[in-house]
Amino acid sequence: MKKHNKKLSDFKINETGIVTAVLGKGQIRRRLLDMGITNDVKISLIKKAPFGDPLEVFLRGYVLTLRKSEASLVEMKMLDEEGRDA
Amino acid sequence: MLNIGIVGNPNIGKTTLFNNITGSTAHVGNWPGVTVDKKEGIYKRGKEKILVTDLPGNYSLSPYTDEEVITRNFILHSKPDCIINIVDVTNLERNLYLTTQIMELGVPMVLAVNMMDLAERENIKISVPNLEKALGIRAVEICALKGSGTKELMEVAIEEAGKQRKPRSLLKLTKLKVLIDLVESKLEEIGISSPLFHAIKLIEGDEIEVNDHPKLYEEIQEKSKEYQSVAFKDDNEGMIADARYQAIEKISKDIFIQKKEKLDIIKQSSRRDKIFTHPIFGIPIFLIIMFLVFHVTFSENFLFLGGLFGDDFVTLSGTSFEGLFGEGGINSPGAMLLTLIETSGELFTSWLYGVLESAGAASWLIGFLIDGVFAGLFAVLSFLPQILILYFFLSILEDTGYMARIVFLLDRLFKKMGLSGRALIPMVMGFGCSIPAIMNTRTLNSREEKLATIRVIPFFSCGAKLPILTAIAGAIVMHFDIGNADLITFGMYILGIVTAFVAIVIMSKTTLKGMDSPFIMELPPYRSIKFSSLMIHLWDKMKHFIKKAFTVILASTIVIWAISHFSFGWKFLESFELNESILAKVGQLMQPLFTPLGFGSQLGNFGWVFAVAIISGLIAKENVIATLGVLSLIVTNPLSSTINPPVIAIIEATGVTVPALISFIAFNMLTIPCFAAVASAKGELTRKDFNLTILFWFVTSYLVSTIVYSVGTWWWTIFIVLAILAAVIVIIEINYRKYKKNKAVAV
Repeated sequence: MKKHNKKLSDFKINETGIVTAVLGKGQIRRRLLDMGITNDVKISLIKKAPFGDPLEVFLRGYVLTLRKSEASLVEMKMLDEEGRDA
Repeated sequence: MLNIGIVGNPNIGKTTLFNNITGSTAHVGNWPGVTVDKKEGIYKRGKEKILVTDLPGNYSLSPYTDEEVITRNFILHSKPDCIINIVDVTNLERNLYLTTQIMELGVPMVLAVNMMDLAERENIKISVPNLEKALGIRAVEICALKGSGTKELMEVAIEEAGKQRKPRSLLKLTKLKVLIDLVESKLEEIGISSPLFHAIKLIEGDEIEVNDHPKLYEEIQEKSKEYQSVAFKDDNEGMIADARYQAIEKISKDIFIQKKEKLDIIKQSSRRDKIFTHPIFGIPIFLIIMFLVFHVTFSENFLFLGGLFGDDFVTLSGTSFEGLFGEGGINSPGAMLLTLIETSGELFTSWLYGVLESAGAASWLIGFLIDGVFAGLFAVLSFLPQILILYFFLSILEDTGYMARIVFLLDRLFKKMGLSGRALIPMVMGFGCSIPAIMNTRTLNSREEKLATIRVIPFFSCGAKLPILTAIAGAIVMHFDIGNADLITFGMYILGIVTAFVAIVIMSKTTLKGMDSPFIMELPPYRSIKFSSLMIHLWDKMKHFIKKAFTVILASTIVIWAISHFSFGWKFLESFELNESILAKVGQLMQPLFTPLGFGSQLGNFGWVFAVAIISGLIAKENVIATLGVLSLIVTNPLSSTINPPVIAIIEATGVTVPALISFIAFNMLTIPCFAAVASAKGELTRKDFNLTILFWFVTSYLVSTIVYSVGTWWWTIFIVLAILAAVIVIIEINYRKYKKNKAVAV
């Protein structure tokens, strides 16, 4: 069970999961929330920039880019390809 | 007059809608306090005029960024009659987040559902009646790019403007309703106006609200424990944001008749991204595109066609249009327009000179009009086409969504210096002109990032500094017969870029410690652009620039002319006695200051020309070479039979060395930029930050030029420079580590 939980920053390309917690504080956290990274939202990793940072993710019908350091604030539960709990 | 504001997320066609409604009546104004452009325009409805305000784009009304605060203040304090909230139908969920916040304010509002054309392509269908019912506000489907639906939108907005609207919160669709109702009624009891808005702010833990009602806040914190999920323990801000999205998801079910899983469209976009953000080729492709942009704008050998045609053919020698299409090579469109304005300026002034002389005007009047008023005016106006062309290309790159991808690619590199990838755009713009570049820093996230970027923008050598480089490099090659002019020019550009990055790294470890810019950016889909919108944008820029040229810049060139042509006794000087002028005296006074840089007291009698050229460059960098040109007439021995180019004449008269000349270029490149750029920086910074920035420019240019001169003259001093540099780096690093350690302990 535990191994299916990981941070958004540790995702591989095309992996999908749902948000279980948003850490951090102040402006960065508020920004993540404002952009729609809230509880139970489905997020997929689309692409990584050269050297693996920043990340390009898909959520709520749009594409967001964020750094690994910010993505590490987002805790996720993995989903398999059919969108079920892995 | 009715006042209608346009509010919405960034990059969803807000400005397109604004241009559509107002035509080209827009004018740019500043907000009191913070200077971020707000645009105002007039919508004409028959005889009635309606004021329309375009606000900066934002995702939320949270109090963290300038743009958000401005929109909030506009709604709360400017008391608009109606708000048009524009939303992107292809991305409705996230767009409605801001809508839910504005709804709580009770200002009359209309929803403009934009991108209906894309919705059709993406098979999205919504029910407007259901949307209106769910939100309790009127909604109009529009397509801003094509201009459809905008007239109807304005009719609805005008209709709504007269009506009262009850504040509403979608949060009441969630289980938070009980808590909000409770706080709202308590605030209402004590007579607070718009209790709903303040109740939600208080629950969120907004500092101002908590200070106003500390007791109530304690109560809320106790009660809210029941509502917090595991994900948002002890955190009401997260709880509210989460609830907003929950409420939006709930109403979305009724709004969408047809909704397509968007991953397909994303995949289409990513086909282009396979090329443009390719891990290996992405950056080279960007460099090639940038090279082409600058080539078309600035090059004097367009597409390297110079070798193809004979010199005489291109130069049009003997005609009055000599040099219009270039000399030796064909000019790029930008350089061609520059020459065109210069040539017409020359034709105009020689015509004016003839008229004045035949009318028997006094020599000071002729000098004043020709050298003081028109020479300066044309010198500045001639750069307008190149600035506009550069703007044109950079706008295209930005509006299509390409720049956002480059920012994504290069963010990693900028992160190392404490910046975000976003800072790249103003830096690149700096090669064209520092003024738009400095204005562009508004979009950066933190004060530190903005400050650091503004400080280094002048180091990305602008178009007006190019003549300094080419004229002096050319003279070095001709007179001393060493080096290669292209190599010197290129080397100086590199020196500027290196200085910029070294300065940022040093600042991030000393004065701007803890500079860390978050990078959370929406990647917009590739979009086509509307040509007429682009033209309106350029027209705006042009008006702004021309206004400046005829006011601030004109005034300063007149002053420079006056103090270089009058003595302290206010006697008008003939050209052979100009070294008695106020400007010359001041130059002589400042001359010793430049001794460590190689062009100060060691040059003797005529050494002051360099000091004067630098001062005149503070008005406009074009002045540096122009001033040397004027002053070369003074320093030249009248008995000499050969006529030399101005810079060579000055080299002969002063005995200045090659390292000193290079140091002179470096100083002009890195020092306090022109008057207009300084004014832009002043508009963007606080008074203290601005004063320190001026000091920073002077100190940096002084230090770098001293190093250039001393190493160039006595090569072994490089060891001293390196030793000092190493010591400075060690000290900075030790201090920085100490700081980091303390910070880690504090956290």
